[in-house]
Amino acid sequence: MGQVKRVKKQGVVMKPSMTLLSATALAAVLAAVLPLQAQAQEDELVLGMPIEPPNLDPTSAAPVAIREVTWLNLYEGLVQIDRNGEVQPLLAESWEVSEDGLTYTFQLREGVTFHDGSSFEAEDVKFAFDRARSPDSTNAQKQIFAPIEEIETPDDHTVVITLSEPSGNFLYYLGWGDAVIVAPESAGTNQTDPVGTGPFKFDDWVRGDRVELSRFEDYWNADAVHLDRVTFRFINDAQAQVAALRAGDVHAFPNLGAPELFAEFSGDERFTAVAGNTEGEIVAGLNNQRSPFDDVRVRQALMHGIDRSVLIEGAYAGFGQPIGSHFSPNHPAYVDTSGVLPYDPVRARELLAEAGHGDGLSLTLKTPQMAYASRSSELIAALLADIGVQVEIRPTEFPAQWIEEVFSNKDYDMTIVAHTEPLDIDIYQRDGYYFQYENPEFKALIEEISVTPDEAERFELYAQAQQTLAEDVPALFLFQLPKLGVWDARLEGLWESTPMPSNVVRDVRWVE
Amino acid sequence: MTALRTVVRHPTLNLGGLVTLLLLGTAVVSQVWTPASPTQIQITQRLAPPLQAGLLGADHFGRDLTSLLMVGAWNSLSIAFVAVLLGMAGGVLLGTLAAAWRGWAEEVVMRLADVTFAFPAVLSAIMIAALIGPGATTAVIAIGVFNIPVFARVSRAAALQVWERDFVLAARSAGKGPVLITLHHVLPNIAGLLVVQATIQLALAILAEAGLSFLGVGMPPPHPSWGRMLSDAQTYLSQAPHLAILPGLAIALAVLGLNMLGDGLRDIIDPKLRRKR
Repeated sequence: MGQVKRVKKQGVVMKPSMTLLSATALAAVLAAVLPLQAQAQEDELVLGMPIEPPNLDPTSAAPVAIREVTWLNLYEGLVQIDRNGEVQPLLAESWEVSEDGLTYTFQLREGVTFHDGSSFEAEDVKFAFDRARSPDSTNAQKQIFAPIEEIETPDDHTVVITLSEPSGNFLYYLGWGDAVIVAPESAGTNQTDPVGTGPFKFDDWVRGDRVELSRFEDYWNADAVHLDRVTFRFINDAQAQVAALRAGDVHAFPNLGAPELFAEFSGDERFTAVAGNTEGEIVAGLNNQRSPFDDVRVRQALMHGIDRSVLIEGAYAGFGQPIGSHFSPNHPAYVDTSGVLPYDPVRARELLAEAGHGDGLSLTLKTPQMAYASRSSELIAALLADIGVQVEIRPTEFPAQWIEEVFSNKDYDMTIVAHTEPLDIDIYQRDGYYFQYENPEFKALIEEISVTPDEAERFELYAQAQQTLAEDVPALFLFQLPKLGVWDARLEGLWESTPMPSNVVRDVRWVE
Repeated sequence: MTALRTVVRHPTLNLGGLVTLLLLGTAVVSQVWTPASPTQIQITQRLAPPLQAGLLGADHFGRDLTSLLMVGAWNSLSIAFVAVLLGMAGGVLLGTLAAAWRGWAEEVVMRLADVTFAFPAVLSAIMIAALIGPGATTAVIAIGVFNIPVFARVSRAAALQVWERDFVLAARSAGKGPVLITLHHVLPNIAGLLVVQATIQLALAILAEAGLSFLGVGMPPPHPSWGRMLSDAQTYLSQAPHLAILPGLAIALAVLGLNMLGDGLRDIIDPKLRRKR
């Protein structure tokens, strides 16, 4: 018995010493690793994104996640949209536009090479644009290339583009991710093995987890690039995003998933927390061909029934700007139309009664799973119940199910989604678009805009278009999606607002 | 007299019964009265802690948490109840038939039960949700299907014992068929056991329902649901911990109460177990 007891005692004594030992060992390992990590951080950036892109070719499909990884990091266009939304030269050093607005002559930058070593020449521009506008192209913004009549390459560093009619926004559109230059040798495999002229080249893509890029040594402006390695990590869960930031696993989350968690960072000096703007208008689209939403009075009643400030407070913790039309407040042509159909439940009930729905109305709201959408839906349902409209919320998984049911088959009453493309007010005149909105006047207005090269005139027309939508409400215009960015306070150069959906890391560097 | 005394003196049973009664009462009351409308949004009350807005505070839309929890109890209980009833009906039918006929019928039923048992309720719910979309029906079917093998096993095992008894032998020799014997002799004799099992399954079903709502395949908003309240509360944990604690507590209490009730009932109904104590 006594012996057994002693053994037991020894066991008890052993335990703490073992713990101590392992703790010491751990500390030693940490001590050895930590300085290394800090050193590596100097030229390495891990950037978090909520959604993984389906492929890495921005000229192939619409999802913004593709641009958020690739635009200006892997690929470059003739021109670029800068952080203030303005057009700047990129692969084209300069350009001239003819008097009639039909001929654009671009002088290309010399000494530019693609990641595979092939040189960038005028032929590549012709190839890229011809590919994008060919009938079998899957480019998501084919309207960019629609006015192009002919592309000529008088020499290796000159491109002359002739348009069939003047296009007011042609240069602006060429700055989009959809108009980047790809090479004939690699265009076919860009989806999985992207090759561009950007400051970083593609290393690896671990599906479901991360995309790794590294510095492209032969970049034409290599001196301006400070990072050696950039990793894009995909973390969908808002809690996990915050945990990753706090643990230092991710250095930057330019688009934090949960606005209510953003406040935690704004008081923390280790982090920079910036509330910027995206180009995303959150709209509750209506099926304008389906009764009773073909009646403008019903649509106006629904808009009158929604208190935008409640939505912004409840769905986005108070961040976000109310909108009355489909136009970004970042754009110089923006006019504030949020007061055209303000929150007015009494007027809403009157309009419903006029339209013959005095005894109420019921509709289904197909809601994607994104937090801003599902929260807004619950609030919309509660607000509309006050004006006698019963809303049944139907969770609809985005993108697959939503694209099929709402976008393609138009089988819905109301839905809610953020439209993140810049300057996309023209979607309301597109035939077969999911709103099914038909307004010849509006269509004519958009057509006029597209052939008006004069900026002041064009902006005036944009103002008219915004006003038309604000009164006709083919969709309920709710609020501008904010961009709540959080990153390590020692990081410099990330964009605070995104005039284009993007995560441009070219100018990013660590400072002390 | 002694039976009554056992009931009165059984603390687990009493406590479990009390909690369950409270839960049932809350659920029923919620159908006729709540302190406020559970869908009424008052954005100024957003994230208000308990006692500052209503008894238990307000959620991230400023809705009254007390009312949400009360209606949540009804939704949770009704889904769990229907699902268990469904599972019990199917399971008892299969189990007693397997016991009555034996042979290949029994083999088929029991192996099918094994296969179903191997699928977690959550997995089957997600599969069903993919087919017919998320909703109360999805939750009921998924949890119900998961309950069938449980009841099939329990009722078969109990029924087999009854089949060995002398009075069944007597009935058989009197020319009664297996269906009649099952109805007249087997079912009354295993009913108590089934009630015990059902109480425990009810607790599990509430837990499963909360899990499904948490994952977004339960009752859609704006119907209040404990599981979804928990899921919504995640990102507010540091600002408003009561949003997570209260529905969590409700789920825990409901499950604990039903489990205790089930344990207590078993002690009383199963005499063999009682004698052992």
